[in-house]
Amino acid sequence: MTERYPGYNVLHKRNSVSWNDQTRAVIDARCGIDPDFHQFCDEAEWKTLRSLCDHIIPQPLDRPVKAPIAAIIDQKLYGGKGDGYRDAHLPEQDKAWRLGLAAVDAEAMAACEKPFCELSADQQHWLLGKIQRGQASSEAWQDMPPAIFFAKRLLHDIVSAYYAHPASWNEIGFGGPASPRGYVRMNFDRRDPWEAAEASPGREDQARVENERVG
Amino acid sequence: MHEYPEGQPVDFAIIGTGAGGGTLACKLAEYGFSVVAFDAGPYWRPLEDFASDEMHQSKLYWTDPRIVDGDNPIQLGANNSGKSVGGSTVHFAMVSLRFRPEWFKSRSQLGYAVDWPLDWREMWNYYTEVEQVLNISGPLRYPWGPKRPRYPYRPHELNAAALVLAEGAEALGIDWTPTPLATLSAPHGLAHPCVYRGMCVIGCSTNAKQSVLLTWLPRALTAGAEIRDLAMVGSIEHDHAGLATGVHYLRDGRWRFQRARNVVVAGYAIETPRLLLNSASAKFPDGLANSSGLVGKNLMVQSNQAVWGVMDREIRSYKGPPSLAITEHWNYTDEGKDFHGGYSYMSQGPLPIVWGTTQASKRGLWGQALLDAMENYNHQVGLKIVGETLPRERNRVTLSDERDQYGLRIPRVTYSFCDNDKRLIAHSLKFMRQALEVVDAHDIWDEDDDTCHLNGTARMGDDPASSVVNADCRCWDIPNLWICDGSVFPTVGGVNPSLTIQAIACRTADRIRAMARRGELPSL
Repeated sequence: MTERYPGYNVLHKRNSVSWNDQTRAVIDARCGIDPDFHQFCDEAEWKTLRSLCDHIIPQPLDRPVKAPIAAIIDQKLYGGKGDGYRDAHLPEQDKAWRLGLAAVDAEAMAACEKPFCELSADQQHWLLGKIQRGQASSEAWQDMPPAIFFAKRLLHDIVSAYYAHPASWNEIGFGGPASPRGYVRMNFDRRDPWEAAEASPGREDQARVENERVG
Repeated sequence: MHEYPEGQPVDFAIIGTGAGGGTLACKLAEYGFSVVAFDAGPYWRPLEDFASDEMHQSKLYWTDPRIVDGDNPIQLGANNSGKSVGGSTVHFAMVSLRFRPEWFKSRSQLGYAVDWPLDWREMWNYYTEVEQVLNISGPLRYPWGPKRPRYPYRPHELNAAALVLAEGAEALGIDWTPTPLATLSAPHGLAHPCVYRGMCVIGCSTNAKQSVLLTWLPRALTAGAEIRDLAMVGSIEHDHAGLATGVHYLRDGRWRFQRARNVVVAGYAIETPRLLLNSASAKFPDGLANSSGLVGKNLMVQSNQAVWGVMDREIRSYKGPPSLAITEHWNYTDEGKDFHGGYSYMSQGPLPIVWGTTQASKRGLWGQALLDAMENYNHQVGLKIVGETLPRERNRVTLSDERDQYGLRIPRVTYSFCDNDKRLIAHSLKFMRQALEVVDAHDIWDEDDDTCHLNGTARMGDDPASSVVNADCRCWDIPNLWICDGSVFPTVGGVNPSLTIQAIACRTADRIRAMARRGELPSL
């Protein structure tokens, strides 16, 4: 698939007036997260979590820097900072994730006699679809409704972690940090020179040139 | 900053420094009362403390544990919460709207819910006061309602997302306007105008936003009020006569007690009833101010449903304040409705995490389908309502048996839309879909279960049997206990509540000064 914003890298603005010191510190720390480092998950949980993240957010294989989604989630769970609410059907986030990771694996074993991380992409897709629709039957879920876990915990945390990372901003053409410079051109089809240029059909090369000037 | 000793009673201990408590702290201090205002959150300095990052800035939210249930469990912890000095105004979307006058008498004039004990003509003057203080930027002529003074600052330039709303409204033959916003459209004092960074809802890092933190609180400090941050109030103490005597609060790792002649609860619609219920005693076994049994009941969200679509033109809605254009048509038009109440709708500019989780949680997208939908980020447009919901006693805040890091029982928040709420939502979704279709948006879909704002858990009224406080925000049961935040709303209307909360706080301060002068407040 061709990129919508070829050559755009929001990190090229790091030293521009679109970033302040506080933002540089926060984004540097996030980009510096070791994708293999985990403290909350044990090895089995970690393998399952990594596979789930890869399947929910299939990052391009040729992408030079991938968002360390699983490590961001592990860090959140280890730190214990919650979202400020919890559906009454779910236990606390750390318990919900431990239960959910074990249950996803149990579903995989029951259906295919392999842990989730060893299933083919098609099998994973089929299994996650079942869980999303609440058609999961393993006793490993205990009292936790699979569909609610899937929507409110699994998807919520994986998607939040991905869109907190600059790799995702490049993909969707988001301007990223913007303080103090902000933006000037607000109308339809207008971009500031420090925003991503879109590769509309026939304009791919021009977009790449413009994106290489972003800074 | 002036600091008061704990052992000597201050005139007012105010719990919470948001739109209600922060405004009241300023006004009371300027009227010469001694004031200590507590906040569980930190006293941020935005220029130094705020990053341009959604995940990091969740530090502004109230993320302590809460349990949600009911048919429509409410998402908490982000837009509808705040754990900062200045409360949720530190990250609010700055939309500053007046109530429709009839809403203050919705039972007698519109035939639903209950009347407020306040008169709209008096509130109109307080709205004007708040709009001046917040340097609201707004249109020269507001299309709906009675005459109002000109807004102090000119309207902001519209972004493409707002122009889509305008085009749709024009095509459907209804009025629209640039949204009255609490962010500077021209310099003010040392502050620059808004730079259209678009991250208003994660905290303004340039101080263009006219939050309570930057408007009322500097004035409060100048007038001698103390803001005690990182101080979680756990209970309100009272004496044998049933009068409040002060507050127990946790700061720097130990519980302390501040004596006070009056206590004002301003923790918003969850923490306010939670504190009153957690303060139960032998004399008040059902919690303070709860002889009506209504503390925690009649919780009202506002419905926050949206219709989203994709435009061929580039929109890039991450630029500029998120809601630059609005229509209040369905707040002021009563014909053609099969429901009570009203709604406004506004243009939208979601940031990537919010937009991604919306696509995933609300639309059920994941895998390549999610990434494909997200690639349209710069072309997507949305119209989102702030819709009135009706008060229902079954929608409520109660105490769970679980405890938080302070050792306090955590709140359980139960919420279900009623049939009228659902009819309002269905009407709005149908109408907004048309408003996107006429501007040639495609791939249109409904986001049908979001909510915003929290009000109503300690309603004001004329009768102690059917309300918690009177028109002056004074508790019927405990005359030196006051409640000043969105909890006192008997109804919510179809507009964002912050301007009304601040207007009520200004009125309450004036009433307290008048009563004190007449000697009607024995504790002062």
